[in-house]
Amino acid sequence: MKIKFQNLSKQYEPEHVILNPMDFEDEVHTLAVIGPSGGGKSTLLRIIGGLIAPTTGKLWVDSDEIRQNEASLQQYRKTIGFVFQQGGLFRHMSALDNIAVPLEQVHGYSRTKSRSRALELLERFGLKEDAGKKPAALSGGQQQRVAIARAVAAQPKLLLLDEPTSALDPEYTTEVLNVIRELKEEGMRFIIVTHEMGFARHACDKAAFLCEGSLLEYGESAQLFAHPETEQLQRFLGKLLEWNV
Amino acid sequence: MKHLKQLFWISDNNGQHKKISRPAALFNLLLVAALWVALFWFSLRTIQIRLDFTFLGEFRIRIWNGFLATLGLSLFSLIFSLLIGILSAAGQSSSVLFIRFFCSVYVKFIRGTPLIMQIYLFFYIVGTAWGVSNRFIAGVLILSIFEGAYIAEIIRGSLLSLEESQLEAARAVGFSRRQTWRFVILPQMITRTLPALTGQFASIIKDSSLLSIIAVIELTQTMREISAVNFRLFECYLFLGILYLCLTLPVSLISERLERRFQYEN
Ligand SMILES: Nc1ncnc2c1ncn2[C@@H]1O[C@H](COP(=O)(O)OP(=O)(O)OP(=O)(O)O)[C@@H](O)[C@H]1O
Ligand SMILES: [Mg+2]
Repeated sequence: MKIKFQNLSKQYEPEHVILNPMDFEDEVHTLAVIGPSGGGKSTLLRIIGGLIAPTTGKLWVDSDEIRQNEASLQQYRKTIGFVFQQGGLFRHMSALDNIAVPLEQVHGYSRTKSRSRALELLERFGLKEDAGKKPAALSGGQQQRVAIARAVAAQPKLLLLDEPTSALDPEYTTEVLNVIRELKEEGMRFIIVTHEMGFARHACDKAAFLCEGSLLEYGESAQLFAHPETEQLQRFLGKLLEWNV
Repeated sequence: MKHLKQLFWISDNNGQHKKISRPAALFNLLLVAALWVALFWFSLRTIQIRLDFTFLGEFRIRIWNGFLATLGLSLFSLIFSLLIGILSAAGQSSSVLFIRFFCSVYVKFIRGTPLIMQIYLFFYIVGTAWGVSNRFIAGVLILSIFEGAYIAEIIRGSLLSLEESQLEAARAVGFSRRQTWRFVILPQMITRTLPALTGQFASIIKDSSLLSIIAVIELTQTMREISAVNFRLFECYLFLGILYLCLTLPVSLISERLERRFQYEN
């Protein structure tokens, strides 16, 4: 799927630029966005997901320009799945309702169809027993798997994941990353912001390095990790290696 | 020794859910009741009053009507104060400055002044200036204006405690504004405000007693009138207290139960 930015930038206050104007154009299947904290990764992902508007510039997803008015954004968001770092599930709804209610209300599924689709997904992600539980009664890893199930339930054309595992313990991280890899094998296209460099390197075709609001490097993951060109990326990867076993 | 301790202490199940055994609860409740009775009995003896409730039979129709009046006042006030509360909570977050200030001034004024003063003041405004001569209606209006400010704060608090992440999730799944209200904001606000709102209803019931000062014939006023005739002050007010408890205790129990039920969700 083609994704294109033109002069895309974001700032909240006049003197504080969060994303410098950037241009980008490429065919995206699976893309990892990496970079130091505060570099603007979440901001960029939210703009791509139509959750916040850029300050300047234009954005095309799948050759359609994303227009920044509420009505067309709402249509656009229906075609995208979004997974947040944490707290993205509706806390007053059971796991099942978190998936089924949007299917029914937003995507026009019948009540029975939305529930059976939700159950099918929960079962697939090993959550059959937990269908009736509220998020607070689920572990972090289970919550994220429900969140992923909800995001893919209506077969979105693109899945956006913002650090889906960074609030999780290592064992849960693996179970969530496995789910995402499985989705990839089924042909799901996604952009993931992640600190899991192993996943970015081996499970994503492309990688982008975002640092202090600028897109410093972009390319094939294998290439980008093996031969970082900018000093910033070299330093960033070096820091990560410091504590590796 | 251990048995004796169990009768008085809540056993700490290794930090697990603390359980109170039924016999222990019953025993301690009896003790508490005995203490209260003893206290009353002793106090009554020193002023040499002998309790005599026989007059209740004679006045039962008036008392019953007063009881119904209090219930009616409270129910109508609950409805109107909810309305006022919701409107002023919404008004306080309005982007129209006039509305915002109007609502904040209202809430601050009501919460910062005693009800008794407001009753006298508003009775002149509502009763005399606006010409509401029906005291029951005037009472409902005054009480609703008072309680509405407290309800506004309950609602505003729960609106503020809605997390941005829930609203963002609502947008991300494609909900429209309407759907966000219907499926996310309202359900979460209701579970958060319901226990406090139920508790506020108990306050309304108690606060309505102050309307007796403008001669609304509700329960307290009825009892005042009866005690003015038969001078059985002690019996009248004791019985009055029991009648109020009949109304407020169930309400508080419901409120506590709701609170426990919704606790784990938040
Ligand atoms: N609503 C906002 N208003 C003002 N500043 C904001 C807002 N949201 C984010 N920022 C700022 O934008 C910058 C980039 O934030 P962003 O969340 O995009 O970074 P990030 O790369 O995702 O970092 P992390 O890895 O810590 O999640 C930060 O300095 C942050 O303080
Ligand atoms: Mg982030």
